[in-house]
Amino acid sequence: MHEDQVNELIRTLAPQVLGVLVRRGADFATAEDAVQEALIEAVRHWPDSPPDEPKAWLLRVAGRKLIDAQRAEAARRRREERVHDEPPPGPTEQADDTLLLLSRCCHPALSPASAIALTLRAVGGLTTAQIGRAFMVPESTMAQRISRAKRTITGERFDTPGDVRAVLHVLYLIFNEGFTGEISLADEAIRLTRQLAAATTPRAGTETAGARSVSPEPAGSGDPEIAGLLALMLLHHARRDARYTASNELVPLDEQDRSRWDTSMISEGVEVLQAALARDVLGQYQAQAAIAALHDDAPTAEETDWPQILEWYDELTRLTDSPVVALNRAVAVGQVDGPRAGLAVLADLDPKLARWDAVAAHLYERAGDVALAIEHYTTAAGRATSLPEHTHLIKQAARLRAAAQA
Amino acid sequence: MAKYLLLKHYRHNGPKPVPGTEVMMDQWTPEEITAHIDYMSQFAERLRERGEFVSEGALSPEGTFVRYDGEGRPPVTDGPFAETKDLIAGFMIIDVESQERAYEAAAELSAAPGQGGRPIYEWLEVRPFFAELQGTTE
Repeated sequence: MHEDQVNELIRTLAPQVLGVLVRRGADFATAEDAVQEALIEAVRHWPDSPPDEPKAWLLRVAGRKLIDAQRAEAARRRREERVHDEPPPGPTEQADDTLLLLSRCCHPALSPASAIALTLRAVGGLTTAQIGRAFMVPESTMAQRISRAKRTITGERFDTPGDVRAVLHVLYLIFNEGFTGEISLADEAIRLTRQLAAATTPRAGTETAGARSVSPEPAGSGDPEIAGLLALMLLHHARRDARYTASNELVPLDEQDRSRWDTSMISEGVEVLQAALARDVLGQYQAQAAIAALHDDAPTAEETDWPQILEWYDELTRLTDSPVVALNRAVAVGQVDGPRAGLAVLADLDPKLARWDAVAAHLYERAGDVALAIEHYTTAAGRATSLPEHTHLIKQAARLRAAAQA
Repeated sequence: MAKYLLLKHYRHNGPKPVPGTEVMMDQWTPEEITAHIDYMSQFAERLRERGEFVSEGALSPEGTFVRYDGEGRPPVTDGPFAETKDLIAGFMIIDVESQERAYEAAAELSAAPGQGGRPIYEWLEVRPFFAELQGTTE
């Protein structure tokens, strides 16, 4: 068949074929695309092997293209729907739903990163773009992480009572992400924990963001660990302005300008903590909050009540086998019983632990062993997991060297 | 606009350090380190203001080599190699008008104050990204 003949035939047949497809119920645009693709095939094949029935040929090929397109479209739509199914930005949910939503988002089947992303999106009301920026990943990556998380929890049980601990862990992780740009994840974590505390308080609605509880019923009376975590966050966050210099350098607790601590946040934290402790069901967040409160309470670093802090670390050691707790306890022992006692505690811990060298350096310095302190600060800097920590440890080594030379 | 990677090295196989600048940061005074850090963050801020900043990152000195070891087998690791000759400390990606501008920015970064407040004259490796194929290229 000559090319001109093919083109003429095609022009005649194309609208007929399209008509048949649309009449059979195909979407116009999709059918039109399918016909176009069939025409391309026709132009390629007809000159060499002309069909006996050109219209039937075109209809068959276009029909197949249409089915392919519909399959692809259906798959694409399923993917899109998963994205669009994301809960709308909150916090419009009823307070009672907060725990339910949170326990769904923080389901133990999810990886921490997925639970964090889903929580911030579904309960925190952040957009996928904002969450992506906060974690410095592309928006599409974050969208994918969220939709995968939703697929993971589909069909999972999520309303078991034990899940509140999983929720608290995720909120704690969000708090520790701190501040990475436009969104302060620490503020976000506090907001969510407040919401959870209010939702699990029998007299819901008496707790409002930023204001202290005036209700006789303490916040988070459902589980004192909720209040414990809220207190922990407040008591740490109160020091945020003093923790970093303008160029993002870390300022250790004993060198912080305590006048820059947020005193109203501290008193709120203490109040929330006392109400939680009064219920006499101790947990690790309450114990950590108690330690933070003792630090916050000291007008100067020298006036810190280390013996009481050490008691709380002993308590924490009974509650958790966290190596971080064990390391911090060694520091407290060093303050109470002297650096050599602290080093003796440290000797029983695994030197591979993150920050082991940093603690060793600090204790050697206090013990007056400058050479070993410099050595450990340098090792610790090499093993640091954040840039502010790395810089801080290098500076500690530098400070000791400079002092030794002077 | 073209993207360039500015690479900072802890150590490298490149040109010899400018005499008098060999002393590593952990031998500086705390004030010198602070001045250096301040300069670096101000430099990034200047690039942001000019609309040239893309991203930056600092890398931990210890790395490990990893490779595939066959179906169903765990990855093989080797290292850490803290003593390798070439060790990347960090990077900055910039999007600039020209190669000249990329070099100018690198030189500005290299002028960061070091020991005694003197510029560190650090050698930075400047690597252009492969560009997207132009729509008009045939």
